[in-house]
Amino acid sequence: MADVEDSGASAANEPLDLVRLCLDETVFVKLRGDRELKGRLHGYDSHCNLVLGDVEETVYVVEEDEDEPSSEAVRTVKKHSEMLFVRGDSVVLISPQPAS
Amino acid sequence: MENGAGEAKDPSGFLSEIIGAPVTVKLNSGVVYKGELQSVDGYMNIALEQTKEYVDGKLRRNYGDAFVRGNNVMYISADT
Repeated sequence: MADVEDSGASAANEPLDLVRLCLDETVFVKLRGDRELKGRLHGYDSHCNLVLGDVEETVYVVEEDEDEPSSEAVRTVKKHSEMLFVRGDSVVLISPQPAS
Repeated sequence: MENGAGEAKDPSGFLSEIIGAPVTVKLNSGVVYKGELQSVDGYMNIALEQTKEYVDGKLRRNYGDAFVRGNNVMYISADT
């Protein structure tokens, strides 16, 4: 065993394999800036650039009441897109989603 | 290397050693994920199984499997 950690006995198992298994399935994607996507994964690459179809985007907006700074209400805004390209650098997490 | 166990450990050696073990992953945003470490790659992309997501110390969500993009990772800790 030297310093190599790739394909010894096991088939190459790397994190992006998990994403490959999600192709054509519904995925949940967490993005920077309190955004979440749910849609069908049509494609991806090693940068985590994604192509998603039938996407529902949820944006969490914190609304501060100026009279009462302690009462922060979180509002969710939803948007729908037929097709979406996501640049990889804003991706935080990808998870297969049981179709709902 | 003057290491008690006599095993030189570099960071990627540590990571490949804890594959399959329960881990805590903290992101730069402060979000914490706890789950079983499935795999890691050179970018520190991580695949976790049976993942719990904690925001401000509170359980937020559960994921069966989760892929975390490496650039967001602050640390990976092996739970003992």
